[in-house]
Amino acid sequence: MNFDIYKIREDFPILSQQVNGKPLVYFDNGATAQKPKAVIDAEVKYYSEINANIHRGVHHLSQVATDAYEEARLKVQKHINAPNSFEILFTSGTTFGINLVANGFGQMLKPGDEVIVSHLEHHSNIVPWQFACERSGAVLKVIPMLQDGTLDMEAYDALLSERTRIVAVNHISNALGTINPVKSMIEKAHKVGAAVLIDGAQAVPHLKPDVQDLDCDFYVFSGHKICGPTGTGVLYGKEKWLNQLPPYQGGGEMIKEVTFEKTTYACLPHKFEAGTPNIAGGIVLGVAIDYLNAVGFDNIAAYERELLDYATERLSSLEGIEFYGTAGEKASVISFNFKGLHPYDVGAIIDKLGIAVRTGHHCAQPIMNFYGIPGTIRASFSFYNTKEEIDRMIEALKKAQQMLS
Amino acid sequence: MFDDWMERYEYIIELGKSLPLIEDQYKKEENLIKGCQSQVWLHAEKQNGKIIFTADSDAILTKGIIAILIRTFSNQDPAEVMNADTSFVDEIGLKEHLSPTRANGLVSMIKQIKLYAIALQAN
Repeated sequence: MNFDIYKIREDFPILSQQVNGKPLVYFDNGATAQKPKAVIDAEVKYYSEINANIHRGVHHLSQVATDAYEEARLKVQKHINAPNSFEILFTSGTTFGINLVANGFGQMLKPGDEVIVSHLEHHSNIVPWQFACERSGAVLKVIPMLQDGTLDMEAYDALLSERTRIVAVNHISNALGTINPVKSMIEKAHKVGAAVLIDGAQAVPHLKPDVQDLDCDFYVFSGHKICGPTGTGVLYGKEKWLNQLPPYQGGGEMIKEVTFEKTTYACLPHKFEAGTPNIAGGIVLGVAIDYLNAVGFDNIAAYERELLDYATERLSSLEGIEFYGTAGEKASVISFNFKGLHPYDVGAIIDKLGIAVRTGHHCAQPIMNFYGIPGTIRASFSFYNTKEEIDRMIEALKKAQQMLS
Repeated sequence: MFDDWMERYEYIIELGKSLPLIEDQYKKEENLIKGCQSQVWLHAEKQNGKIIFTADSDAILTKGIIAILIRTFSNQDPAEVMNADTSFVDEIGLKEHLSPTRANGLVSMIKQIKLYAIALQAN
């Protein structure tokens, strides 16, 4: 399949915007991805043509909307190779999905049980587990990180024990781009009888996860990072786990029978989908997945690799550059600083030149504490970025260095 | 005042260099202004009935911004500081620094300055 970057860029209306009088260079894809016209149009089409509440009605529109929503669920199932569609829960995002699981575990864990997270986690894959441990008396353990931004696998082996109930780790680090060896981590966890939740938020824009191949117990991600709408996401859970977990939110749709004496719950997936969901969002998330598959993940991976290598090379030539996260296996994310310069200062100045990067702790304060820094400048690339944009960022960075010295 | 952002930022950076620096003994956790991506320490004292501010930051632009605020508010009666109109911020082109993102703490800095003024007026 031909990968024509300029043609692809035409699919994204926002990329032709100007910022502060300069063409937008959007390198904050780790925070959220831009949307192709197909996705934007699908949202408009939903509200113009088929909007109705789903699973509840007997009239024509409600049937059409329900079918479209359930078709989207099948698309997600196929995309991540889940065995059953009822194991795909639509959520409002990764954070919600993790909270759903952690809340359930918080009710099931006993004092002395252990939960393992890693030093590389986003706050959304730390705090819900802290809640769960506080609530249950379980203990939180942390896989340490190494200077190059990878996890200490020997330490991981030592942490695992028959007291471990669940391991929660990210597939790809949002702050550093490190790709974690999740498949082997899952195998090891299963040997001691622990479940594994994989935070796939940063992974799904770059690769197609195969949850059966990984054999993870839970896989979570957000729609807005894969060119879908904000307020959407997916939690995949193995049937046996979703049946064990107590419901998270109560209300309509997740029930079988309601009386004031006792209420019984619906079966999967509805047990975890209380209230009216983001119907448009779910359907349009399916459209985003279709779009990405049409571009082709092999093409995406190869092209993003080129961008990563080119950017790393050009950045390396800048005076005082310091890289964070230099793992052998990385996604197209670069975190860096200039010696003696605060990342905020640099980011604020290059913003004036149209360059959008993220500065700060990236919701990963433990990583920043490890390096002893207030934050980093993070450039995160997507398949619709170009080498010319990287060149513009380099020029802007030089300008910032000049002004700040 | 400045149309060109570069001139404006260069001015801010320059102003930062003349910031009345906070003494090390006051560079403590409780004097940190919350809501800034960079660290900003602010200290206030009453001298001869006037409120005197000193500050520091680990980011250059933030140093400049707090320097502008200190130039405006320092060496005034606490009551005047409490009631001061902050529309000048917009006039000198720092409007984007007023947006409530976490990145800049301009709103927080102004709030803290006014809180100090209230406290010192009471004394």
